[in-house]
Amino acid sequence: MKAKIGALSLVAIALIAIFMMIDAGGNWDYVLPRRAKKILAIILTGCIIAFSTMIFQTITNNRILTPSIIGLDSLYMFIQTFVIFVFGSTHFTLMNNNVNFLISTGGMVLFAGLLYKFLFKREGQNIYFLLLIGLILGTLFSSLSTFMQVLIDPNEFLVVQDRMFASFNNVKTDLLITSFVLVIGIMIYFWRYIKYLDVLSLGRDQAINLGIPYDFVIKRFLIVIAILVSIATALVGPITFLGLLVANLAHQFMKTYQHKYLLVGSALISVIALVGGLLIVERVLAFSTTLSVIVNFIGGVYFIYLLLKENKA
Amino acid sequence: MIEVRNVTKQYGSKNVVENVSVKIAKGKITSFIGPNGAGKSTLLSMISRLLTKDQGEVFIEGQEIGQAKSSELAKKISILKQSNHITVRLTIRELVSFGRFPYSQGNLTKEDWKYVDEAIQYLELTDIQHKYLDQLSGGQRQRAYIAMVVAQNTEYVLLDEPLNNLDMKHSVQIMKVLRRLVDEMGKTVVIVIHDINFASVYSDYIVALKDGKVVKEGTTDEIITRPILKDVYDMDIHIEDIDENKICVYFA
Repeated sequence: MKAKIGALSLVAIALIAIFMMIDAGGNWDYVLPRRAKKILAIILTGCIIAFSTMIFQTITNNRILTPSIIGLDSLYMFIQTFVIFVFGSTHFTLMNNNVNFLISTGGMVLFAGLLYKFLFKREGQNIYFLLLIGLILGTLFSSLSTFMQVLIDPNEFLVVQDRMFASFNNVKTDLLITSFVLVIGIMIYFWRYIKYLDVLSLGRDQAINLGIPYDFVIKRFLIVIAILVSIATALVGPITFLGLLVANLAHQFMKTYQHKYLLVGSALISVIALVGGLLIVERVLAFSTTLSVIVNFIGGVYFIYLLLKENKA
Repeated sequence: MIEVRNVTKQYGSKNVVENVSVKIAKGKITSFIGPNGAGKSTLLSMISRLLTKDQGEVFIEGQEIGQAKSSELAKKISILKQSNHITVRLTIRELVSFGRFPYSQGNLTKEDWKYVDEAIQYLELTDIQHKYLDQLSGGQRQRAYIAMVVAQNTEYVLLDEPLNNLDMKHSVQIMKVLRRLVDEMGKTVVIVIHDINFASVYSDYIVALKDGKVVKEGTTDEIITRPILKDVYDMDIHIEDIDENKICVYFA
């Protein structure tokens, strides 16, 4: 198991090194800080996506779900579209990254909070009910977004479209640092719940039998997921689909039930996928497409493969 | 002792379990019998805190389960449901080691592994302990789950239809294991069981339920009688004494 983690780390470090060094042309002072910033953003979002999806799949006992099902991605797009619809694309809320980040993260965390509060108030609600409500609200948000998108000026729509895809090209340094601190803080706080994940993968009944405060723990995990996903989405755009790919690859590669390995493994795979994908986008395809198009394409193909495989079993 | 007082569970406006009070004695096998929809499994789930009860109280050794810490209860009472579909791929040994979670929180000590080894041995799974659960037959898998409960080493062991989908040989094997748990290790076993003859031959005490209420409870000899079974199942059941066991003949 440690060897596998080691191998993954080596690949990740090698890819990062290539990314940092390639075509530098001697201008190290100019190139390195810019690339380092991109790499940090990638590591941060990669880890967030991997952790949140892995945890989400374990608590729902379902290997084909990602946190996007509770509608956070759609809400993000809704907030972006709404701001442009109301204020126009030159307004400071859109231009100023800090404000935009705050509004988006705040909106998503608030939404998740309200959703959970409303649903957990009544006792004995099962988690699939929550997912269903999230799915419906997500559809509502994307319909509203589409509605506003067809009404606005085509030039403004281009700005919206730009936000539809994850991008690592214009991440702001101060946001990056804030996010890093936030994420690390959350991780430290929630590390003690990680041990429950192994047991939660046995299902609700076994988890309760083994003495896990089930409702309490599930609620905590869902809140963590909402915050993490909100940060990642506000930072680079909607990218949760990557999680599906990464979490399942981690399961297949690590072949263990222990989450301490699964979480680290999936984070590394996630970083490898993102850095590798970015290298392809920037060096092979010469920026002719975006990273999320590639991620969604590969993710989609893999998703179909998973469905067919599960269907056979 | 487990004491159930006036417990009620409602789904919508229907009372699935209605005002049930039962006492479950230590060191005995107690069987819940009754027709489908009698509320046996629901009652068992409420006793083991898997389901919340709408009314009433359940005391385990004098402590109400709603007041107790779940992690402490996990050292006193264990429950095994009939369907155990899990998404992760585990070997028998890994599954059984989960039984020690209440004690070690995932970091198993040498002593914990001793319990795991003993449980595996007790269920005669030593030879196949490194096999994956999805490679096992139904009987082996059920034994693996029971081994996990044995490793959990709780005073009370609750099982919901442990013989579901097992053939005669494996059913007998499981019931003998449960009997040994009680006779050799002094555990208290509560089972929901459909096969009335297994209930008759292996249990000490029987609680008969129907339509969410207790129809009758008592020792096995008191319950396995023609009038009471007629009351519970609405069937005229012929009872034969074979080798000091009461066997019900209900096929014709």
